[in-house]
Amino acid sequence: MSEIKTVGILGAGKVGIVLAQLALAAHYNVRISGSGSVQKIALTIDTLVPGATAATNQGVISKSDLIILAIPLSRYKNINPKLLKGKLVIDAMNYWWETDGIREEVLDPLSTSSEQVQKYFNKSTIVKTFNHMGYHNLQEEARPAGTENRKALFVTGDNPEAVDQVAKFVDSMGFDTVVHYHLADGIMTEPGSALFGASLTRSDLKNVIDHFDETEFGKRIRANQEI
Amino acid sequence: MVNVNNLQFGIETFGDIVSAEDGSLLTAGQSIRQIVKEGELADKLGIDVIGVGEHHRPDYSVSSPEVVLGAIASVTQNIKLATAVTVLSSDDPIRVYERFATLEGLSNGRAQVMLGRGSFTESFPLFGYDLTDYDDLFNEKLELYSQLIKEKPITWHGKFTPSLKDQDVYPKTDYAGLETYIGIGGSPESIIRTARYGYKVILAIIGGQADRFVPYIDLYKKAAAQYKMPIQPIAVHSHGFIADDEEQAVAVAWKNIKANFDRIGLTRGWAPMSREQFDGETKSGSFYVGNPEHVAQRIARTIKLLDLGRFDLVYGAGNQTAAQRERMIELYATKVIPRVKEILTKEVVS
Repeated sequence: MSEIKTVGILGAGKVGIVLAQLALAAHYNVRISGSGSVQKIALTIDTLVPGATAATNQGVISKSDLIILAIPLSRYKNINPKLLKGKLVIDAMNYWWETDGIREEVLDPLSTSSEQVQKYFNKSTIVKTFNHMGYHNLQEEARPAGTENRKALFVTGDNPEAVDQVAKFVDSMGFDTVVHYHLADGIMTEPGSALFGASLTRSDLKNVIDHFDETEFGKRIRANQEI
Repeated sequence: MVNVNNLQFGIETFGDIVSAEDGSLLTAGQSIRQIVKEGELADKLGIDVIGVGEHHRPDYSVSSPEVVLGAIASVTQNIKLATAVTVLSSDDPIRVYERFATLEGLSNGRAQVMLGRGSFTESFPLFGYDLTDYDDLFNEKLELYSQLIKEKPITWHGKFTPSLKDQDVYPKTDYAGLETYIGIGGSPESIIRTARYGYKVILAIIGGQADRFVPYIDLYKKAAAQYKMPIQPIAVHSHGFIADDEEQAVAVAWKNIKANFDRIGLTRGWAPMSREQFDGETKSGSFYVGNPEHVAQRIARTIKLLDLGRFDLVYGAGNQTAAQRERMIELYATKVIPRVKEILTKEVVS
């Protein structure tokens, strides 16, 4: 896989802006798109993320080595999967009923959101991360590697090489990682889980992940999977 | 540079159910009457604004804030009467105008409209709206509201609102028209929209450090300049609790704010608030908790950092007793506000 020099972020909302700020601070080139025209987000990007380039979805995707999906989950199908063909893609999205509406209308209840994102972008490699920590925690808790009490993010996907590369990227953005090689494990950090909105160190995060099946949420998920 | 003389200080409540001294909960009616009493107290003590939220949930007593504000209007002289916020997206802009124009008359010009998209969603299904129209509803209704507050006959074609032909609305107000704020949670689009309309911004900073909003203030100012609109003083609203004793303040706030946030989090899938998160928020984040000196230092820092014209403390989160709520208001008015002004004045002089 190619070296990551340019990070492309789809979504110029709260999460997209914070990730763009972190990526710039980590010395990546940053390209970012919003839901409207480039003109519509130009002032926002210029002011909140000076140094990043506002572009169209296509303008972001074609020139970036890594793409981050930071749009409401209900809108991922607005992006043509052909545009993302062959790309390494981070899924930072979650199902969020307040913006996405009724789950059954957005997602198949029998599979996790990232699996469905992977199925839709079937020529891309999806890795899930940046989805479970609040955006202001992401902004405030990014620290250089080795810092005491550095916070950690869960990174998971089916392609081990891609997962390892994204884990390195997450580290460069300011966070430790706990890594799994199974995209469906993304459910462990989704809304309703003990990790959603939590901000933990690597050992604490690993502890919760390792005992996922024992949590109320975990038991419910496993029970559903057995049906 | 902060102009201390023009600084405004407010309190806001979401109408949380008040607790009796024995820990049992008062009724919604008792909780509503407590807010009126607190409005009267705040007015006597010289607080500039009281804001009352709109919620449609069992843990809050107020779904019709203008009615509560009308009662406060009748027992107060100077305090401004605000909603915090009116969920415009699921309301009728014509009714919103009518209610506030009425409150403006009742209160002799003290009504303050604070409009928002709402951070709760109960009102959407309740009033027959689809959450997927969240943005479109707010955009259209804000545009209609903006026409209405000119207080001239309007012609209008609506999708979510009625079409009107040369229609006038009543009552007319006596003064310069309704003062309007837009409540913003941190969406850059909302900042730009508010600047474009020339309304005032009130930022709801309910988590994390105020520092991250510094570029947002810059964005507001640049957008106002771009749309050739005046740059209005910025307001912030954040949660807090003040008691005479630091430890007591922290204990009450930890119990109540955590209970409040965890209950809301349960429906949204957030993990419960950890003590580390809470301590982070009270130390350098957006919970203004402690004794008067501690809270004053932190509010002064935020006002200076963001160049604010107004700071509103959200009080009463969780189930606090009437005594705790009233003491907090007294300390805020008699100790915190003068001390904030003193700190900022010294900094201006030095």
